[in-house]
Amino acid sequence: MTTAPAGYGRALDLVTRVRGVRGAMLVSGEDGLIVAEQLMEGIKGAAVAALAASLANRLGRAMEAAGVGASLFWHLQAQAGALLVVGAPSGILVVAITEPDVNVGLVRLELLRAAAVAG
Amino acid sequence: MSTRAVEAWTLEPLVKFVKEAGARLVLLMTSAGQVLAQHGFSRAVDVMAASALGAAIMASTEQIARELAQPPFAALNHQGQRQGIFLAAVPTGRGRLVALVVYDLDASSVGLVQLFFEQLAADLQAASPKDSGPKQVLAADFERELGDSLNTLFGR
Repeated sequence: MTTAPAGYGRALDLVTRVRGVRGAMLVSGEDGLIVAEQLMEGIKGAAVAALAASLANRLGRAMEAAGVGASLFWHLQAQAGALLVVGAPSGILVVAITEPDVNVGLVRLELLRAAAVAG
Repeated sequence: MSTRAVEAWTLEPLVKFVKEAGARLVLLMTSAGQVLAQHGFSRAVDVMAASALGAAIMASTEQIARELAQPPFAALNHQGQRQGIFLAAVPTGRGRLVALVVYDLDASSVGLVQLFFEQLAADLQAASPKDSGPKQVLAADFERELGDSLNTLFGR
């Protein structure tokens, strides 16, 4: 795992300590760049950050268009794992990359706590 | 929006990049500002201005790097309220090229542009003619070369 800048490390620790989480990142939602990361080897952090931010942007617009308000949490399940994202009020996205059989409820809870820490 | 190229090998990588990165305008040029391909521009005068300014910015940042005794900066990103500009060099068999990318912040992001720019650089490197350096343009031929290039870029 890589290290994160001081302060944000604690937010990421909340997520990565959950069993089945392969990595977590704080991503600037506006520009898709990594703010801090704790990722296992082999995960292309910059690519995940850019694409997740783009997706968050488009999902946000879809939510607005549908009149259901801002997106709070999203979960994309794939065959070999999942991507879970929570947005912080500051525009930072807290992103978790997990194994397929992770406890999604627990990861969601920790993502929300991490978002509160990240601001 | 149309994508056009003076040198055909640049076209496919550029079309792919524009689609994936959601870029609004793209210029692919030599370090001297000679345009090889463009996407999104509708007027020749805009291409000439943007290529001259892009080449000048690259030259300035390279000089700053030299002053700092550093290798040239990999890329430059300048973000405004609604749009951003991304400028970076691409080594190819045709010599060192410069890409100028303008993107809308509501359709793309610097992260996306950076991500797909890496692929563009690899695609251009793979597609470029291996045995040709930058073509020298003589002063006497400059106006004709420029006219020919602009005609190609705007389909005239």
